[in-house]
Amino acid sequence: MPLPHPLAAAALLLAVPLAQAAPGADADALQQRALAATCAACHGTDGRPVAGSAIPPLQGRDRDGVLAALVAFRDGSRPSTVMQQIARGYTPAQLARLADYFAAVPQ
Amino acid sequence: MKRRRLIAGAGALGLAGCAAPLRPPRRAQVVVVGGGFGGATAARYVRLLSQQRIEVVMIEPQAQFIACPGSNAVLGGTRTLDTLTASYDALTGRHGVTWVRDTATAIDAGRRTVTLASGAVIGWDKLVLSPGVALMFDEVQGLREAHDDGRVLQAWKAGPETLALRRQLEAMPDGGVFAIAIPESPYRCPPGPYERACVVAAWLRRAKPRSKLLVLDANADVVSKPALFKAAWRELYPGLVEYRPQHKVIGVDAARGTLRVELQDDVRADVMNVLPPMRAGALAVTSGLANAANRWCRVNFLDFSSTAAKDVHVLGDAVQAAPGMPKSAHMANAHAKVAAAAIVAELSGLAPDPHPMLTNTCYSFVDEASAIHVASVHEYVAAEATFKPVAGAGGVSAQRNEAEGAYADAWARNIRADTLGA
Repeated sequence: MPLPHPLAAAALLLAVPLAQAAPGADADALQQRALAATCAACHGTDGRPVAGSAIPPLQGRDRDGVLAALVAFRDGSRPSTVMQQIARGYTPAQLARLADYFAAVPQ
Repeated sequence: MKRRRLIAGAGALGLAGCAAPLRPPRRAQVVVVGGGFGGATAARYVRLLSQQRIEVVMIEPQAQFIACPGSNAVLGGTRTLDTLTASYDALTGRHGVTWVRDTATAIDAGRRTVTLASGAVIGWDKLVLSPGVALMFDEVQGLREAHDDGRVLQAWKAGPETLALRRQLEAMPDGGVFAIAIPESPYRCPPGPYERACVVAAWLRRAKPRSKLLVLDANADVVSKPALFKAAWRELYPGLVEYRPQHKVIGVDAARGTLRVELQDDVRADVMNVLPPMRAGALAVTSGLANAANRWCRVNFLDFSSTAAKDVHVLGDAVQAAPGMPKSAHMANAHAKVAAAAIVAELSGLAPDPHPMLTNTCYSFVDEASAIHVASVHEYVAAEATFKPVAGAGGVSAQRNEAEGAYADAWARNIRADTLGA
């Protein structure tokens, strides 16, 4: 069943201004957000953990820095307890989408 | 913002007070049955991903959310149950989910309705069922009566029973025997029974050092993180924890304090914690959605829609699992996000995500401060219409360590906040 409001689909976009929204972009933005949601159980919704969390935030961090860390986890050059094992589950393109997403989440 | 507030009018009820509305709505676009890690996450993420445009009713009879992860620490005396308890206030107030505090008793997929114990009927466009597990007490002879009498507890659904089992352990004499019986896999929380053995042993070691902890496992080996758990028992609790594989408990005699074990001698214990076989929650079975051996619910993994009923989505422990997919809180939370995104896409006229992803990390404490993990990443494989673990990803801890104890605590708080929107 379609939503009652014509702007409903456009509103799915989080980080992109509504005016730029096109149907393809809407689906893409929703998929990007769903991909980023796979990080949320540990790092908090949209990468915002609770206060005092030993697991660090992802939201609002430098895009290239986050991507470099993810790539280093993936290739094993950065030591970790769990993140090497998680990062290897994503393609380089997916890691780049994640870094894009978290850098764009508003403060 | 004003317009959004009006559209999310159902949520205004939540803002007015903490309690669920007195009279349930007659219909909603999305009705979620169950307010655990799967259901609450689905309710929250349909609201979040639709920018509050899709109305969500959540049906959950419990007054508060109680997390099972962490509840073993209550048995070990290092946590209180209230640290695992949270309200649904953020879900109703901040996120505009309408919470109906009642039990769903019937689903009519043809008429698209769900009936509540009160007799109320709610219509839906999409139904999300996250019923958790039902414990099959009748599969173990004498267990239902012993459980109803409060003599043999499960404490597998965190709550008053967790506290009752803790009291039994506190009352056990030093030199007593505590037995944990594990059913054949699959059951909720694969590492949970072994973590329970560790954290209770950590307490017994200090409080009742002459005691013994028996792990009677119906499975051929430790189901999750076997090498790490066995190392913990051997190195931390020598002479205290004894692990017995292929020990399937088939009967209890609470009066005599014995467990009957298939093809083995009876086992005597002072405190008996018997986990019976499990299946999908009762409503999944009575509604015909548990179409895998009348036990678990088959789904189309692209969107977690039931293979038995259109526009019904089933999440969490109740699902007939894909390869390598555990029945865990983390996985239920992950299922819920895939289903929520698919539901929002469909109701918005958008194409579904062709390649959804799931992650899972299960931390287990092996003493008061150290933890171990098992992690996996799962991708949807269209050619096989299922999720499969990504090859080369995932794994377990190199060894137990206190850093992961801190991560385990952070995980527990972050996943709860992610689930409840707090």
